Amino acid sequence: MNGVLVVLEYRVHNSQPVWNRMSWEALSAGQDLAGRIGQPLVAAVAGESPAVPAAELALRNVARVYAVEHELLASYTADGLTLALEQLVHSIQPSYVVFPHTYQARDFAPKLAARFEQTLIADVVGLHFDGPRPVFVRQLLQGKLNADYRHSGDGACFISTQAGAFRPDKVASGSCQVEVFRPQLDAAKIRSKPGERFRLSEQTVDLTSAPLIVSVGRGIKEKDNIPLVQELASAMGAELAASRPICDNGWLPMERQVGSSGQSVSPKVYIAVGISGAIQHLVGMKGSKAVVAINKDENAPIFEVADYGIVGDLFEVVPALTAAVRKAKGA
Amino acid sequence: MKIIVAVKQVPVRDSVIHVDSAGKWLEEQDLSFEINEPDAYALEAALLLKEKHGGEVVVLCAGPERAGPTIREALAKGADRAIHIQSDDLVKLDTLGVARLLAAAIAAEKADLILTGLQSDDLGLGQTGVVMAELLGIPHATIVMEVEARDGFIRVKRELEDGWFQWVEMPMPALLTIQSGISKLRYATLMGIKKAKTKEVRRLPADQLAAPSAATVSLDRVYLPHRKKETHILGGSPAEAAAKLADVLKFEVRVL
Repeated sequence: MNGVLVVLEYRVHNSQPVWNRMSWEALSAGQDLAGRIGQPLVAAVAGESPAVPAAELALRNVARVYAVEHELLASYTADGLTLALEQLVHSIQPSYVVFPHTYQARDFAPKLAARFEQTLIADVVGLHFDGPRPVFVRQLLQGKLNADYRHSGDGACFISTQAGAFRPDKVASGSCQVEVFRPQLDAAKIRSKPGERFRLSEQTVDLTSAPLIVSVGRGIKEKDNIPLVQELASAMGAELAASRPICDNGWLPMERQVGSSGQSVSPKVYIAVGISGAIQHLVGMKGSKAVVAINKDENAPIFEVADYGIVGDLFEVVPALTAAVRKAKGA
Repeated sequence: MKIIVAVKQVPVRDSVIHVDSAGKWLEEQDLSFEINEPDAYALEAALLLKEKHGGEVVVLCAGPERAGPTIREALAKGADRAIHIQSDDLVKLDTLGVARLLAAAIAAEKADLILTGLQSDDLGLGQTGVVMAELLGIPHATIVMEVEARDGFIRVKRELEDGWFQWVEMPMPALLTIQSGISKLRYATLMGIKKAKTKEVRRLPADQLAAPSAATVSLDRVYLPHRKKETHILGGSPAEAAAKLADVLKFEVRVL
């Protein structure tokens, strides 16, 4: 066994391949890992006709690109992609297999790892060495705790990388060969029938271009308390946003949700009110220029990414802040 | 329709946590435990399907003795019976090891549907369900928002990234991992709590279920994260802190 295999992800939209941008972060993590253990870095993309993305990938500093090609890979199914990649892994025998921790990878990568009697080390945020084998860092308890994981035994080690944890721009350019890999797939082995992708409604609120965002989380306790935060947003001239539980409860519409299942935002200022900062939320707002956290728990993970913080009861702090903002604006 | 719901007991959200002296896990005596939130939604989805199509809901839980109350609560909400895989050292197993126990405990049940939460609030690996499906040789779908059972097959709405969704069809038996927040959770009624006391909980010692396999992935050490970013904490009374923040917004970040 030798080498680090990174499996990148794209989908076809209006007949054009569109990368899942987390793919490049996984490639960057794979590059770090390959460099540290002195093994070659190889990459793979799978689809019905992956020639275009494979060619683009071959312009990066990797030893080889595998274009995993089959008409049964036109639409994603866990059965189809697992079978295809199982054959690729058997054929090239890498010591590490790296995925971006996308919704798609979450659906099939654990299954693929299990085929090799392995456990996927999912959602890795960091990599360090202590001896010859790498130590993979993951977050536990919604980011409150870090954990070091280690792989042992002779089999391949499977990992997936968290959104935003590895820098995508670190992968150097280069030039390598594309090898077409045609897996043997049988339509009868693919048990699920995927339908078309759809969006529930066209989004009318574009948080992605908002310069100021006030965002509210579980700490607000009840729907009737939302106006408290709305007032702060209005006083600031900010858009109101929310973490997932608020939208799940129907307290604010889904289109105001920030996080991995909602919008990714990068305002000048993001004020997180009563948001503990679960990973799924942080990936959607880490790009903000300045983050302010208002939370009663000083150990809440939101303070990990906050530039300014107030540790206190939001029901006291927010009205005071609304008044202070009005005063500052009036002066 | 026979539905199995795999649930996990995890530390209560917002618990104050302390790392144990060996640095391997949490100091458990400081903690209270509850059902993993996504698993509570999986249970709710199972109870709704039973109300619509009839059948049986079986709770499956692997954990030490302390998982008992979590199992009873699921029974009080309306599950018919439970299987408790008893083990004090699940932390030493990797996902594959835990999934092997869960799969072995239900292989003979021949369920139509197996539901579980999309991930646990403590370890958050998000893969126990998928691996169970693989071990049982049945299809699966993850991050499911809606389930429609038809004659011999199911249609599920999956959540994808960035606000996209997709309906997927598959034959039963199948395994689904359920997204949090997709419905309103019910409370146990007094009658339900009373009935739960007499419902069957089958206890299976883990070591009798599956030959222990050597874990290939181990959790070496847990620790509090280093703060990468210096957070400027604005202190004082709420009014003082708010005034300081307004100053920051006006003069440093310059957005007011």
